[in-house]
Order: sequence, then structure tokens, then C-alpha cells
Amino acid sequence: MSKVASTTFRDSLSVSLTVGAYGVAFGAASVANGFSVLQSCLLSLLTFSGASQFAVVGVMGAGGNPISAIATASLLGVRNGLYGVIMAPRLKVRGLKRVITAQITIDESTGVALNQESRGADAMRHGFYLTGFGVFLFWNIFTLAGALGAQAMGDIRAWGLDAAVPAAFLGLVWPRLVSNRDRAIAISAVALALALTPILPAGLPIIATAFIAIVIGLRP
Amino acid sequence: MSALWVATIGTSVIAFLLKYSGHSIPERFLSNPKIQRINALIPIALLSALVGVQTITEKTKLMVDHRLAGVGVAVIALILKAPFPIVVLSAAITSAAIYNWF
Repeated sequence: MSKVASTTFRDSLSVSLTVGAYGVAFGAASVANGFSVLQSCLLSLLTFSGASQFAVVGVMGAGGNPISAIATASLLGVRNGLYGVIMAPRLKVRGLKRVITAQITIDESTGVALNQESRGADAMRHGFYLTGFGVFLFWNIFTLAGALGAQAMGDIRAWGLDAAVPAAFLGLVWPRLVSNRDRAIAISAVALALALTPILPAGLPIIATAFIAIVIGLRP
Repeated sequence: MSALWVATIGTSVIAFLLKYSGHSIPERFLSNPKIQRINALIPIALLSALVGVQTITEKTKLMVDHRLAGVGVAVIALILKAPFPIVVLSAAITSAAIYNWF
């Protein structure tokens, strides 16, 4: 491996630490929604995709069945596949290396890699792997910390964790609300999910809102 | 196997297959701009729906309680461009205060 530029290293480390620290929120949310500490840690190790992980614990916590939880999480995981499509020609890996590379193909590793584009192919590769492994390390450590912390709390409502969880989702979606169209989608999704809640089994109202994204995305 | 285990393992397997398939299929299959656009919009819809459901529902009923106050404060924190930990903490403190004192 050629020498890592200090700017690439700095970018990767700061993203890894900040994003990894969100793992506390996931670990706590997971336990607050009924998952065990072991299941919470396995989700962070194996699923390793924040939005999907929050979705699966959110849907199960709302009383949904595993099929709707898996479907919601998987819809959110499709974008990692798209990142793979972008990164594959730039990383060119096979076999076991491809398996490991795929596992760390997430928002952050792809984002940092693409930010290094002007610094050349090596910088992109370094940014991808440093950020991918860095987020993986910190995300898993902080998940364990958050899960153990929530487990020690007892009544999570007395600690405000039942509001911290939706606030954490909100913090995830907020930076994506750039245009008026984005905000309109967000508000109609909330309205649709709430309107369907008394009618449909838990979990389905959430996944039903994907149709809003599909309908609006198909318009020219 | 319990429902939570099915959800944990099932989500993990599909999450990996989605990531791996991206590295293994030709770029042209997913270069359609409509697919790209829908893909960018889906997280907005699903995550917003999760915020709503986790804030004002209980099982299959709508319920307004301390959680809504907490998330309301989180909205204010986000409008004021507070960092993520402050957003989450301010929601937790508000909600816990109302739950414990009223």
C-alpha cells in the first residue's frame, strides 16, 4: 500500500469517530425496543448499516412481524448495493477481499472515497478502507456501550429513551431534507404512516410509505 | 427461533447480499436515473414514517404523550443546527422530565 495522505487520514478518522459514536444511540434503541445485547451487537457486526439497523429494531419495537422488519431494513439497504456498483471499478477486488470490501460498503466509506477523487485513485482507495474499517470498529464498540447502558436503565421511559429513539431517526433523516420536495415526502410519509396505523398490522404502515418515494421518483 | 432472532439474522443476510451484489453486477443495470432518484427518496419516506410511528403510536393506536414533547424539542434543536448528540439528549431530557414529574 502506498503512503496515505494526511488529509485522507484526517477525513477518515473524523468521520469514523463521529459516525461510530452514533452506535451508542443504536445500541440503546435496540435494547429499548426489546432486542438483547447480543442481538444488538450482531446487528452492528453483520448488518452494519445504520438506517437498516434502526429500521429493524423500530419496526419490531412497534410490534411488527419479522417480515415487515426485514423488508423495511432491506429497502434501506439497497443504496449500499448502488455504492458497490460505484466503488467496484475503482477498487477491483476479488474473493475474500471482495467479501470484506462489500461488508464495509456504506454511506460513509463511499462518501469519503468520492471526496478524495481529486487526490487520485490511491487516495480514494485509502479513504474507502480507512473509513470503512474505522466506522466498523467504533460503531461496534459504541453499540455494545449503548446496549449495556440501556439494559442497566430498567424503565427506559424514565430516562427519556422512548423519545431519544425517534429523535435519533429524525437526526438521520434531517440532513436529507434539502428541497421542498424532500420535505413534502417526509411530511406525507408521517401522515400516511399514522393514518394507516389503526388499520394495518404494525410495520406495514412504515413500509407502505415507500410508495410515496416510488411515485414521486418516477415523475420526470 | 424467536421473531427477534429471525429479524436479526434475516436483516443481516439480506444486507450483506445487497452490498455484495453491488460489487458483482455490471454498472449499467443500475444507472437508470429513475432508479437512482427513487433510491435517494426511499430513506426519506421510511425514516420519516419511523419517526412518526415511534413518536405518536402505541401498538395500533395513536397516542400523544411525553414522547411528542421530546421529539418537538429535537426538531427545535435541529432547526438551531445543534449536533446529533445534543438533538438526542435534549429529546431524552425533555421526555424524561415530563414522564417523571406529571
